[in-house]
Amino acid sequence: MMPVTTATNNREEVRRRSIEALTPEIVAYIETCAQDAHASSHLIGVLHKVQAHFGYLGREQMDAVAQLLQVPASKVTGVATFYHFFRLEPRGRFVINVCLGTACYVKGAERVADRLCEELGIHFGETTRDGLFSLEGTRCLGTCGLAPVIMIEDRIFGDMTPDQVPALLEKHVLQAQREDRQNGD
Amino acid sequence: MGKDISSRYAALCETAQAACDTLGLSSKIIIQVGSATCENAAGATEVWKEFERNIRTSGREDIQLHHVGCTGRCSREPIVGVLMPDKMPVLYQKVTRDIAHEIFTRHIQGGEVVAGAALEKSAAPMQRQVILCEARHCGNTSCSDLGDWFREEMEKAGVDEDAVALTQAGGMGFCTMRKNTGTNCILVRPENVIYFIKDRADVERIAREHLAGGRIVDSLRCKEESISVRFFDRYGDVAFFNQQNRIALRNAGIVDPESIHEYIRYHGFSALAQALAKGDPDWVIDEITKSKLRGRGGGGYPTGLKWKAGRENTETTRYLICNADEGDPGAFMDRSMLESDPFSVIEGMLIGGYAIGASRGFFYVRAEYPLAIRRIENALAACRENGLLGDNILGSGFSMDLEIRLGAGAFVCGEETALIHSIEGERGQPRIRPPYPTDSGLWGKPTVINNVETFANVPAILVYGSDWFRTMGLENSGGTKVFALAGKVNHTGLVEVPMGTSLRQVVYNIGGGVPKKKTLKAVQTGGPAGGVIPEEFLDTPIDFDTLGKLGSIMGSGGMIVLDEDDCMVDVAKFFMAFCQDESCGKCTPCREGTKRMLEILERITEGKGEPADLEKLERLADLVKKSSLCGLGRAAPNPVLSTLKYFRHEYEAHVLEKKCPAHKCKALVHYEIIPEKCVGCTMCARNCPVGCIAGARKENHVIDQSRCIKCGRCFEVCRFDAVARQ
Repeated sequence: MMPVTTATNNREEVRRRSIEALTPEIVAYIETCAQDAHASSHLIGVLHKVQAHFGYLGREQMDAVAQLLQVPASKVTGVATFYHFFRLEPRGRFVINVCLGTACYVKGAERVADRLCEELGIHFGETTRDGLFSLEGTRCLGTCGLAPVIMIEDRIFGDMTPDQVPALLEKHVLQAQREDRQNGD
Repeated sequence: MGKDISSRYAALCETAQAACDTLGLSSKIIIQVGSATCENAAGATEVWKEFERNIRTSGREDIQLHHVGCTGRCSREPIVGVLMPDKMPVLYQKVTRDIAHEIFTRHIQGGEVVAGAALEKSAAPMQRQVILCEARHCGNTSCSDLGDWFREEMEKAGVDEDAVALTQAGGMGFCTMRKNTGTNCILVRPENVIYFIKDRADVERIAREHLAGGRIVDSLRCKEESISVRFFDRYGDVAFFNQQNRIALRNAGIVDPESIHEYIRYHGFSALAQALAKGDPDWVIDEITKSKLRGRGGGGYPTGLKWKAGRENTETTRYLICNADEGDPGAFMDRSMLESDPFSVIEGMLIGGYAIGASRGFFYVRAEYPLAIRRIENALAACRENGLLGDNILGSGFSMDLEIRLGAGAFVCGEETALIHSIEGERGQPRIRPPYPTDSGLWGKPTVINNVETFANVPAILVYGSDWFRTMGLENSGGTKVFALAGKVNHTGLVEVPMGTSLRQVVYNIGGGVPKKKTLKAVQTGGPAGGVIPEEFLDTPIDFDTLGKLGSIMGSGGMIVLDEDDCMVDVAKFFMAFCQDESCGKCTPCREGTKRMLEILERITEGKGEPADLEKLERLADLVKKSSLCGLGRAAPNPVLSTLKYFRHEYEAHVLEKKCPAHKCKALVHYEIIPEKCVGCTMCARNCPVGCIAGARKENHVIDQSRCIKCGRCFEVCRFDAVARQ
């Protein structure tokens, strides 16, 4: 009789690589989630944590989540691509979100958006070549009283007019330069 | 058992009162600063810091800074309130660091109101205010009589006319506390005394003893505390607020959303304690059914029936979900409620969980609302610490835990079966109903899903009674509804009014009408799934059924005012683009239908539409409405159908005349300089972003049409009306 050849058990190796792809906090969070009887229901929560740390969902990170949470990689990809909030590409240093809600729309968000595209030389969903700005459209930010609004990182700027755009961008360019100097770059 | 629960609750109240007393919330000067996403965006954090610095340098210890949530007066934020003992509260608008400093030095230290920054200019100098209740359902002595009586009696009693303001409120909701029908309710500030008046003699006494003499007339006074008295106490002088009736938003702008003690101090969790002490979930369901509370998320399904269906299921593992995935663009009431008063929603959920017999509940919240998420987390932790969440709540034997699950930006997840899939960690795609979630929901178990606002109403119904709630609204729909008023309206913000209030009242009396003297064209309600309601129907009482008959929906309460500059075809295109983008792709009618409808609308707005397009659009809209799998697809054609119904002439102008009557659709607009009017000031040429306007100083200017991008800049900047837009 032929000796039974066991397949190489690379479980530990895969696990180690998965842990390396994430941060200890995220791994710990996944482990807590794994205790739940409905562990896979925490997938979206885990992806939120990954994106909060890395800024986007990289292939490597998504595979690691699939392994550690024990859900198929196809499902992770399916979920990551279904929801608007998740992005699969890295973004610029400042993410500019233009609110495309109804209130902003009727109050002229389109013209603010046009001006942003013009000043930055990019379209929605793109990042400037220097990696400083990404331009995105977002569904209602819920601050309709201040329409039209844009959000840069977590800060909301209300009552925007196209003419305010250049100065606002300039301010962020200067902020980046200041931060770089402080970091000794 | 009931006794044990009551004594535990009483102990909680004592702790809460003690905690608030330590802060000195009853005796000191209080500066309240709004803190919600919109307040912070408008600069509330800076203002807070400025006050902190001022208080520190002044060395005064009798001043307390106080965070409150948001009152929903969005266009005037940040809002600061100054509450001094025995004085009328004063509210300030659009406060900056400089104004904060001025308020501190002039008002708080000097005792003089900074009138220029006051939220309600006319209110700043008044010392006392009499608010007359003008509730629609009251049907007593008309307020105009009452107002006249007061004016005359005050004059007789020698009351200074300028010092006492008479205000007519839209309805204060004190009615259930009066012992005799046929009496009118009034509120006198700053003492916050509610009087029940039956005849002119009562008016005379109040004018003489209270308004002139400063002594409260005890025999006419209402001894109980009303739900909205705190709101009117702080905000009663502001026209935007005193036409409202706040039930779901009862604590917004009053309590610190991060303090459980403040919530309990204002009778928070008393409804839960009452329900648990009674020990009868059927009583809770019965009360909610009798109150005629209907789901505030948009569907309008009677909440009591839904809970009953959940409770009657033989499967005993049941779940409760709070839908806080507020995806409608233009709606922000859920965010505001969760940021301003998360405990009310939690209390409502616990009562719901008790009623249906669920031991696990979920908040499904948009990830785009980080502050709301943080406040819920904080509130859940505080509830756990105080024995109001987890095992054996208030010693009643009832156990329930709540957890937060984040959405990730999918509009379709507002649909309940899609929402359930999302909580399960799947793609948020809906499935065919039935089975309804109350039969088979989360992980196949019976599940009740209600909206944030629905839950926020629940504690008030149990405390004040189903009768009170029902009588406030219409026959088939009790209570109030919160609307997010935005768009072309002077006062944007959150508006809570009784069911049955007319759109005109909301837009004009509360919203202050359309800015820049423009004409109102229509009001869009219900978000992307709703429709437009033209000017001629503004007197329609707002309710689930009436809006449905007009071809729109209540939805979650978005209300966007559109004026003459808004093109209805463009508005329909905007919503269709939204629905097309948000279609989950599962069923063909919605996936393909929205795409094709959008293409037709794009053609029309670009001036390439054909007469046959209108029919095609109508047929397709009808088809998508009838054959889509879920609510998103079935409602997606609403904006198209309702604009076609009421504004067909605009579509025809686009298609037949190739003109956009509102001058909004770029491809159909044409700018030209009228030589007779042009003085050659060069303003247009200097402002043209593409430099397509030529002409020397003091000479006629000309637009090079081949290069014009039709941005309209020249039209806006010309001070001589020399640019024509056609």
